[in-house]
Amino acid sequence: MRRMMFLAALAAALPGIAIAASTSAVPVDGMPQLAFGHPEQGRLLVGQIVWLLLIFAALYFMMANVALPRVGAVIEGRHARIAADLEAAQAAKLEADAAMAAHRTSTEAARAEARAAVAGAVHAAQADADAKSAALAARLNKQIADAEAQIDAARASAMGAIRGVATDTAEALVARLVGRADRATVEAAVGRVLASSGRA
Amino acid sequence: MAVEGKTIDALSQFELSPVLGVFGHAVSFSQSNLFMVVAVALTWFLMKATADRGALVPGRLQALGESAYEFIQGMVRDQVGDEGKKYFPFVFSIFMFVLFGNLLGMLPYAFTYTSHIAVTLTLAAVVWVSVTVIALQRHGMHFFSYFFPEGAPTWLAPIIIPVEIISYLSRMVSLSVRLFANMVAGHVMLKVFATFVVLLGGLGAVGPFIAAMPLAVNVALVGFEFLVAFLQAYVFAILTSIYLHDAVHLH
Repeated sequence: MRRMMFLAALAAALPGIAIAASTSAVPVDGMPQLAFGHPEQGRLLVGQIVWLLLIFAALYFMMANVALPRVGAVIEGRHARIAADLEAAQAAKLEADAAMAAHRTSTEAARAEARAAVAGAVHAAQADADAKSAALAARLNKQIADAEAQIDAARASAMGAIRGVATDTAEALVARLVGRADRATVEAAVGRVLASSGRA
Repeated sequence: MAVEGKTIDALSQFELSPVLGVFGHAVSFSQSNLFMVVAVALTWFLMKATADRGALVPGRLQALGESAYEFIQGMVRDQVGDEGKKYFPFVFSIFMFVLFGNLLGMLPYAFTYTSHIAVTLTLAAVVWVSVTVIALQRHGMHFFSYFFPEGAPTWLAPIIIPVEIISYLSRMVSLSVRLFANMVAGHVMLKVFATFVVLLGGLGAVGPFIAAMPLAVNVALVGFEFLVAFLQAYVFAILTSIYLHDAVHLH
């Protein structure tokens, strides 16, 4: 706002300066810049040079001693701040990288450990299952062998009994049919029949 | 003032006249000098405001002051090198003084002090004398070897030495005439076309339509003059830097 008012005042002052600047009483021939021989312009031209030197010297001393060092300090401060921030960011990045690497190695270790544990468990379970199945198979084989032995015994005893029963039956039949029976003959006949049917 | 008896008066805008009443008359303080004071005041307020704010993240005004600072600082560093650091305030003052002189001249009713050969020649002389004094301080008598490049055949000396001396002296003239001629030409053109607008505008019913053409030219010229204002300030500053480079390094 103050700046705007300053500029507005400056703009308003310009026509004022132009109007206050009265034109020369003696007309100026040619370029006013070169009218060193003109009674009024000549004096003003020389005065302009003297004032220019004074005003420029003032500008130089104001800039060199006050304004520019201060502006330079502001810019230097910013550069220093940016450099420090970049440095801090760099350090933080290195730290983060290190943390990341540590995290990665620990993850790797944990994964390897887990893999080993799983493999061990699988192995143990396999061995256990193998042992159990082997024991079961042995028991079943034993039972099968026992059962076969019993069957053999039963068959043998049954085969033994067949001859007696067949002889008795045949003797009884023959006795009924012919009235008498010779025990020995019947036994021989039965043995012959059994032998011919493969059941001796 | 512009139109007197149907003639075009493009030069009276450069006439000096005393300001501040009796004081101005007594010490020959013209409106030209008043605008120099305004330019110095504006430069001072810009740089002071920049320094006073001093914010880490600059606002618009601070960014303007800082970019002016860094622009000239970079120019001096690129042209002169690290030894040029102590001449930076001088180049900066020259640049801002010429730039504000050119820009203030673009305001209506304002006076363009860079359109006076007395002003530009004095500035060029200040640059020339400073550069020569710096060269003599740094190199002593060895400075005069500048006028005869090493390795050149000795029998060429009668030709080379006068040419080098004339070219060294003509720096002052080229530096001052370039700025002076640019500013005068621009302001004369603006005044001439502005006078055309007034003259043609008075030609009855079609006048205003014809007058639109020189007006359009003037609009373009104003834009062009702003370019010239910056460009000439830049040229003045960079040539000063180049001359400083020669003074510090001798070729």
